[in-house]
Amino acid sequence: MYNKVTDEDIKYFKEVVGDQYVLTGDEINPDYAHDELGGVEKMPEVLIRVNSTEEVSSVMKHAWKRSIPVTVRGSGTGLVGAAVPVYGGILMETTRMNRILELDEENLIVKVQPGVLLMELSAFAEENDFMYPPDPGEKSATIGGNISTNAGGMRAVKYGVTRDYVRALKVVMPNGEILDLSSRVAKNSSGYSLKDLAIGSEGTLCIICEATLKLIPLPKASLSLLVPFKDMKSAIEAVPKIFKSKVTPTAIEYMSRDTILFSESYLGKKFPDTKNDAYILLTIDGNSEEIVEKEATLVADLCLDIGALDVYIVDTEERKKAVWSARGAFLEAIKASTTEMDECDVVVPVNKVDSFIKYTHQLAEEHNIRIPSFGHAGDGNLHVYICRDQLDKDIWEETLRVCFDKMYQKAEELGGLVSGEHGIGYAKKDYLRKQYGPTHIMIMQGIKKAFDEKNILNPGKICM
Amino acid sequence: MKILVCIKQVPGSNNVEVDPVTGVLKRNGIKSKMNPYDLYAIETALSLCERFGGEVETITMGPPQAKEIIIESVCMGAKRGTVLSDRRFAGADVLATAYTISQGIKKCGEYDLIICGKQTTDGDTAQVGAEVSEYLGISNVSNVLSVDDVDKETITLTASLDDKNVKMNIKLPCLISVEGDINSPRLPSYRVKKSIEDEVVKFISMDDFEDKNADNYGLNGSATQVERIFPPEKKKERKKFEGSNEELVKSLLEVVLDKKLI
Repeated sequence: MYNKVTDEDIKYFKEVVGDQYVLTGDEINPDYAHDELGGVEKMPEVLIRVNSTEEVSSVMKHAWKRSIPVTVRGSGTGLVGAAVPVYGGILMETTRMNRILELDEENLIVKVQPGVLLMELSAFAEENDFMYPPDPGEKSATIGGNISTNAGGMRAVKYGVTRDYVRALKVVMPNGEILDLSSRVAKNSSGYSLKDLAIGSEGTLCIICEATLKLIPLPKASLSLLVPFKDMKSAIEAVPKIFKSKVTPTAIEYMSRDTILFSESYLGKKFPDTKNDAYILLTIDGNSEEIVEKEATLVADLCLDIGALDVYIVDTEERKKAVWSARGAFLEAIKASTTEMDECDVVVPVNKVDSFIKYTHQLAEEHNIRIPSFGHAGDGNLHVYICRDQLDKDIWEETLRVCFDKMYQKAEELGGLVSGEHGIGYAKKDYLRKQYGPTHIMIMQGIKKAFDEKNILNPGKICM
Repeated sequence: MKILVCIKQVPGSNNVEVDPVTGVLKRNGIKSKMNPYDLYAIETALSLCERFGGEVETITMGPPQAKEIIIESVCMGAKRGTVLSDRRFAGADVLATAYTISQGIKKCGEYDLIICGKQTTDGDTAQVGAEVSEYLGISNVSNVLSVDDVDKETITLTASLDDKNVKMNIKLPCLISVEGDINSPRLPSYRVKKSIEDEVVKFISMDDFEDKNADNYGLNGSATQVERIFPPEKKKERKKFEGSNEELVKSLLEVVLDKKLI
């Protein structure tokens, strides 16, 4: 079906991108065989570190002609194996394409290459008094990767997800053709939105080489509140009530004491409060201190009325850093607390979060296994981790399978979906198939075929 | 035990501009906050009270709006606090500030332990604590990393001497200045803020002091004068290296050696 990469191919790639950017065999760091968590490993036959749209196009034209599979990778921070070259072939890394190309202050947009890191883009925007609202926890992810998974993050409650900020993309098709999808316009009703198909396609349809992204003026003030509750049920139940108050926080995260303690031990730094079992952490931003303070007071009073044990004020840079850096380290902290783990990134309706969390506690008890979780209480996207700890391999694999099956089934019952922001990649394909059924998957496969008739781009992912 | 923590209100951002003509900090529109180093001092005091019993008070010198940080300290767990506020205190250097605070402390009462932060983020002198202790005639230890034990007469603590840490036993009352980052300061409580009554903040002016001679305070009482304030030169020069790990390490080493950083 696919051809192996030959010496002739390598010679060609070296001519296109330069000798030092084409690596084979032992020259390739073993980390390129996997992502952060997907549970799947495979080394590429060749690693090509591209530097321009033209290089991407030339490599793809050659790969298309020779039927060599190509998998695109950014920082490799994915969690579902989407950037793992499961069929070998070419692994194309975009981290050298890391230039911020243009800031258009009149149209409030920034044009970037795909290898720009999220933290670099956020810092650049803020330096210029703008904000790039999507705020996934993994700040060292590339923008190309964020777009490919339609990453969400913590500010999604108020500002939406990556898709809401992508105005246009320059992409290279699997056959090497360079296409502009949409433009920097604010509205677009011009036929099917190929740009929106490319967003969240996890590198299966085309290769993102430039992204034109929408910015917003940087809010002048923000304040976070850390709200302790006696248990998780009370914490989660508070969230819909906060929404009902008509205040829209930028973020509402929930966290349990256990998760905070993992984070303390991982970071070697104490969290400002660990006396209580459950917390919600929310941020309110706005264009003046007065507005923010007024809304924060409203939310704080409401929380106290509905049973919060207190409301802690997180108002300075130092305090925000102490609290949010712990929140940002939760994934790594849970990972460090166990021998192996896998993640369920379901999204359920906001008012069903409590039911789902309760169910994971029930499962943990039933199977005598640890299932810590944290996540975006404000948008229903949960990050639930099944930890292996000291379980034997066979028992672990079976328990994982059973727990995952049950959790995805429960999420579906509650009106949820398989993935909120991490994508399907390789690891969650079966669950997608199970939830969506044959017609849905067939349409997805048809779209894939329309973009990539030879199925050379990231084969074996999502619906294939 | 009775603990007093010295705190200060500073500009809320590190990016305060300096007026190039007058050399004065452009504070208009800049929100103020409690000096971040003082938060570690408050946390040290509150933790000690949790372990050994007692209560914490705070004291600050500044304009009337410095009341905000006293309230903040109460929201963190202090019982009450005092603002030393008087136009005649304006323009004080380190020495005059320390003298003013020591006069204020004498007026407020007797304390077993006085705790200061390492330094402030606007003045950065890190000298006020030690000078206050001189004026009060009590022992002083700077760079304190932890307070390990307290009994009726003494306090046992660990302090950093840069190249080594020393454990010492100091007679009470004394004054200590704690390092930054030695604990995780607790957050102010909104529940407490809602229930705060006016009495928690007391204002004291020079007229309340034992020494009422205006020449000892503010600009008049200062031994030093600031001739000029100027912003540090900002360098945005960046250099990017590309290549294999070996090449990158080599390039970086060359820069470090060239700049004589090692």
